[in-house]
Amino acid sequence: MREISFAQAVNEAIAEEMRRDPNVFLMGEDVAEAGTPFKVLSGLVEEFGSKRVLDTPISEPGFVGIAVGAALTGTRPIVDLMFGDFLFLVMDQIANQAAKQHYMSGGKLSVPMVLRTNLGATRRSAAQHSQSLQALVAHIPGLKVAMPSSPYEAKGLMKTAIRDNNPVVIFEDKLMYQAKGEVPEEEYLIPFGQANILRAGTDISLIATSSMVQVAEEAAQTLAAEGIAAEVIDVRTLNPLDEETLLNSVKKTSRVIILDEGHQSYGVTAEIAGRISEKAFYYLDAPVSRMGAMDVPIPFSPALEDLTVPNPQGVVAKAHELMQGAQAYGT
Amino acid sequence: MSSQDELSRDDFLRMYSQMVRIRTFEDNANKLYLSAKMPGLTHMYSGQEAVAVGICETLTSEDSITSTHRGHGHCVAKGANFKEMFCELLGKEEGYCRGKGGSMHIADQANGNLGANAIVGGSAGIATGAAFSAKYQERDDVTVCFFGDGALGQGLLYEVMNMASLWSLPVIYACENNLYGEYTPVEEMAAGSLIARAEAFGIEAFEVDGQDVRAVYDLAQTLVSRARQGEGPFFVLLNTYRYHGHHVGDINREYYRSKEEEKYWKDERDPITLMGDWLIAEGMADDEELTAVRDKIRAEAKEAVDYALDAAYPPESEVDQHVFAATPASSPSQGEHHA
Repeated sequence: MREISFAQAVNEAIAEEMRRDPNVFLMGEDVAEAGTPFKVLSGLVEEFGSKRVLDTPISEPGFVGIAVGAALTGTRPIVDLMFGDFLFLVMDQIANQAAKQHYMSGGKLSVPMVLRTNLGATRRSAAQHSQSLQALVAHIPGLKVAMPSSPYEAKGLMKTAIRDNNPVVIFEDKLMYQAKGEVPEEEYLIPFGQANILRAGTDISLIATSSMVQVAEEAAQTLAAEGIAAEVIDVRTLNPLDEETLLNSVKKTSRVIILDEGHQSYGVTAEIAGRISEKAFYYLDAPVSRMGAMDVPIPFSPALEDLTVPNPQGVVAKAHELMQGAQAYGT
Repeated sequence: MSSQDELSRDDFLRMYSQMVRIRTFEDNANKLYLSAKMPGLTHMYSGQEAVAVGICETLTSEDSITSTHRGHGHCVAKGANFKEMFCELLGKEEGYCRGKGGSMHIADQANGNLGANAIVGGSAGIATGAAFSAKYQERDDVTVCFFGDGALGQGLLYEVMNMASLWSLPVIYACENNLYGEYTPVEEMAAGSLIARAEAFGIEAFEVDGQDVRAVYDLAQTLVSRARQGEGPFFVLLNTYRYHGHHVGDINREYYRSKEEEKYWKDERDPITLMGDWLIAEGMADDEELTAVRDKIRAEAKEAVDYALDAAYPPESEVDQHVFAATPASSPSQGEHHA
């Protein structure tokens, strides 16, 4: 199968949907000729013109608000928010306006829009360009949240997002943009709310999102060499969350590490851990374990920044800890 | 030629009647609050009727508006019914939003009301986006963004006015200066010229007496028609007055404004009285006819209130409905084209 980069996969998804539906348009800072700082959208303005690929001023609340109004009245905007950190600038438009319109109107209004943004540290970009804020939006009823982990996922989830009749926030991992992966030539979509079992295993479940899926996969390879069969699950979407697949895996393996690059406290890992504790407690042979970014602003210095994000070695060590507990109880 | 020259006696009487409908609606809403029959609280539009009516009379149901926490007037002026409005205020299933929005979130999209908004200035983006859609889809509808002087403090407004001007969007920013943002006079909160703020973005800005429904209508008619031709956006400052407090529970107001001031506006500057006097002076109506109009509307309101008081609350099963809109199951395209 052909291989394309994560950035190309996003670009293809948007281009295909823009060809399919003339009401889909793209707006954001430097999305047209510049194709974004990450060059994800290069070439789109040449194909679709500046009416449908629209550069905005540096006014995040303003253009996100305009997208909400446009989505309410018959168009389907894709909004580019250059850095996930800028979510704090647009939260009123996302959380108070977009997320609530359908409910507050008793189902009469809807907001079919996509907010593309990103997550991820270790680019030496310091505290205001490195955050992973998915928990912030996943907390708000009315928002869907997608977390692609590869080029294949990025394309399939983006196409589904664009066709969804609700506000969808997609977090792309900045470090992944140039990563290549298999993406079929023929069209496909990935439905929301279906976690993906990337690797089947019986000893321990590694449940991961976005950037942490690769970390989990690498850890699983190391564990496999030691004879420990880890099951790796890509959560894919936080809302809707495929609770069933996660619970079934934990019921089978009885041990779990949950990985997400957001800060560990009050975040995605806490939510999934809570559900497992509530609904699979009696199947567990070890405490529910989770790994997220340290609860510190992301530091600039490489010597410090790398300490803040989970890595495969840390996951392997944590898995050993959980497996040792198992040996102590003779299971 | 004034655009009023094209209006008939019926048009003027409808403006009068629409203003009375708003006042009557608010009188009843206030009573419901004071008698503890209404959950929560609400913000009265009384005194500002000429603004909503003068503008909305120039719009069609294809044109959109966005409204504010003080939104009943806009909702009535855009064509809403008393029954569904009172049901919404009381949290009943037959309300415009099935009781889920309440006073501060009434939306009536069939008449082009994209909804009241409880965040001050929060709908500036939505209104501008609605105008963006119209231009994008090459429709000729216009959007009016109603907001109060308090919203002049919000950065969002300036961001979207900038984009509306850059992109020549068919939106009219209608700033209702009722002299107070909550409990504070506007001059303590807004520096410099209010209309110059819009002019700085290259937006043509106008100021009008917001108690004179004919003056508001005249200006709005011109601007709506120009916006339809692609000459927007526009900004209008409408000078008006809020009779009640910030909300229905704001009873003792003397620490921020005097009773004499309130009396002056009610006695000398009331939009309904001014319009009624003009209709009589022009020989378009007499006292008896206007009294009949008011009585009829009062009876209609009473009927709607009684209906709403007896109406059913939404069933408990409704609580988690409408969090998400349904999306038809999607499959890869087969070369189809969805317009």
